[in-house]
Amino acid sequence: MTSPAPELPLLRIAALTKRFGGFTALDNVSVDIRPGERLGLIGPNGSGKTTLINCISGAFRTEAGTVMFRGEDITRLSPHLRTRRGIARSFQIPRPFKSMTVSENLMVALDFATVAGSFVPEAARRETVMSVLARTGLAAKADISTTKLSQVELRKMELARAMATHPKLLISDEAMAGLSTSEVDEVLDLLLALADQDITIIMIEHIMQAVMRFSQRVMCLDAGRIIAIGTPAEVMANQRVQEAYLGT
Amino acid sequence: MRRNGIVFWSGAALFLAAIFVATQVVSNQYPFFAGYVILQFIVLSVAWSILGGYAGYVNFGTSAFFGVGVYTAVFLVKATGAPLGVQIAAAAMVGALLGLAVGLLTLRMQGIFFSIATIAISIVIETSVTNWRYVGGAAGIQIERPPVMELFNNYVQMLFFVQALLVVLTVAIARYIQKSWIGRGLQALRDDELAAECTGVPTLRLKLLACVVSGALMCATGAPAAMYVQYADPSSAFNLNYSVTVLAMALIGGTAHWIGPVIGAILLGVTQQLLAVTISSEVNVLVLGVMLVLFVVAAPEGILGLVRRAGRYRAGGET
Repeated sequence: MTSPAPELPLLRIAALTKRFGGFTALDNVSVDIRPGERLGLIGPNGSGKTTLINCISGAFRTEAGTVMFRGEDITRLSPHLRTRRGIARSFQIPRPFKSMTVSENLMVALDFATVAGSFVPEAARRETVMSVLARTGLAAKADISTTKLSQVELRKMELARAMATHPKLLISDEAMAGLSTSEVDEVLDLLLALADQDITIIMIEHIMQAVMRFSQRVMCLDAGRIIAIGTPAEVMANQRVQEAYLGT
Repeated sequence: MRRNGIVFWSGAALFLAAIFVATQVVSNQYPFFAGYVILQFIVLSVAWSILGGYAGYVNFGTSAFFGVGVYTAVFLVKATGAPLGVQIAAAAMVGALLGLAVGLLTLRMQGIFFSIATIAISIVIETSVTNWRYVGGAAGIQIERPPVMELFNNYVQMLFFVQALLVVLTVAIARYIQKSWIGRGLQALRDDELAAECTGVPTLRLKLLACVVSGALMCATGAPAAMYVQYADPSSAFNLNYSVTVLAMALIGGTAHWIGPVIGAILLGVTQQLLAVTISSEVNVLVLGVMLVLFVVAAPEGILGLVRRAGRYRAGGET
């Protein structure tokens, strides 16, 4: 009887609220993210960007509201089950498995994030890992300990590890912070290439050039609320966004 | 991989054969009496490192698991006169259940809080057993050994061989876990629990699994102990020394590979036995403490770490 919705959102966040004691980090946040979209998430420090993605990836329990992923309510799922459903993330401060090599880091994703019980021979797994590493420009570092990686390599490794989980939604949390201009471009090109493979990407970033170049839509958070959402140009021109960044 | 397996299993068969031949040829009782303790510590420290080493959850409750193993056997012997094999199997089951319970209660805590909780559980269980009249209460209980199996000359030699079987079983399980996806998952969550979850690792379930397997093996190895000394009392069965000694053995050997705790247990176990004979059993504890401090400061990754570093240094020198 009901006509199908024109396009089901990949991720629907509805009235999400997260409190830390008396502090409300996210206040009634609602947003739909379309499949294949490239969304830039901006906002001043402490505005709730990382809290929001912690709620999406399951690291935090929320006080109210729901998170729907591909039509399924995932609000109460633990992080590993969300990963298996196709939500991957990188971390603001890289969190490699530091006792492992780069390729072993990705093996963890192959072992646990993809469908359980399907036996894949070691050689084929290695091939998968190497192809992900090749795409992220880390092929030469495959058998090096993650403790020996540079900052930009660590960021790429995190993205590669996230990619190895075969995500439908990738959340990149300030993957470019602290990188040089040319390194920012490298990581940005990498994210754009991933977006070309039908992966929906939410990118948290402070570097405005990167946000402008990357995003189809930009969402700005301030004090736990969405104060603007729209095309990059619209959001940049928004009075409240400028106030949030420059102060009044 | 395949060849590794063949080497491992032929090594295990040789080890068991040597142990068996020794029980047939050597008539002096003392080596078996001392060797039993060392084998028991190998099982305990390898089992400990499944949770403590692979997963990085430092369990101070070894004595609880060991003691529960001892008393499972005591209870069965008194209630039903069950044979040794049944005692061990039952202890393993009780240990698995205890591991599950302890895991559910404590594994959501991390770092030092988990360790403190395991000590607390250990004390709770010891207190309960101390007040359990049926198995002797605080005074302990005498156990009479049944006649020995035909293959062996006396009971201690048989227990020595049984403990050797448990060593092989424990090492085989630890080795399987280490090489499989389970080991990779445990290693990932040890490095970073949130990153592991976000990479798809079911951290709580893996930790519970490690705790169950580790607990089952610790309990199983405790079961023959009552027959070994023909006596059981709560303060020795639940002695905190087990927890500390086993932890020291695993850490001194190194926990990244199953061979680490084996080396640690042999090294410390032999040292302790020698000291107990030549000086006194009190000096044991002192030496243990000193060695642990030395290793924590100078070689935090244990003997395994030292060997690896030496290997890397040599490889680096050649190129």
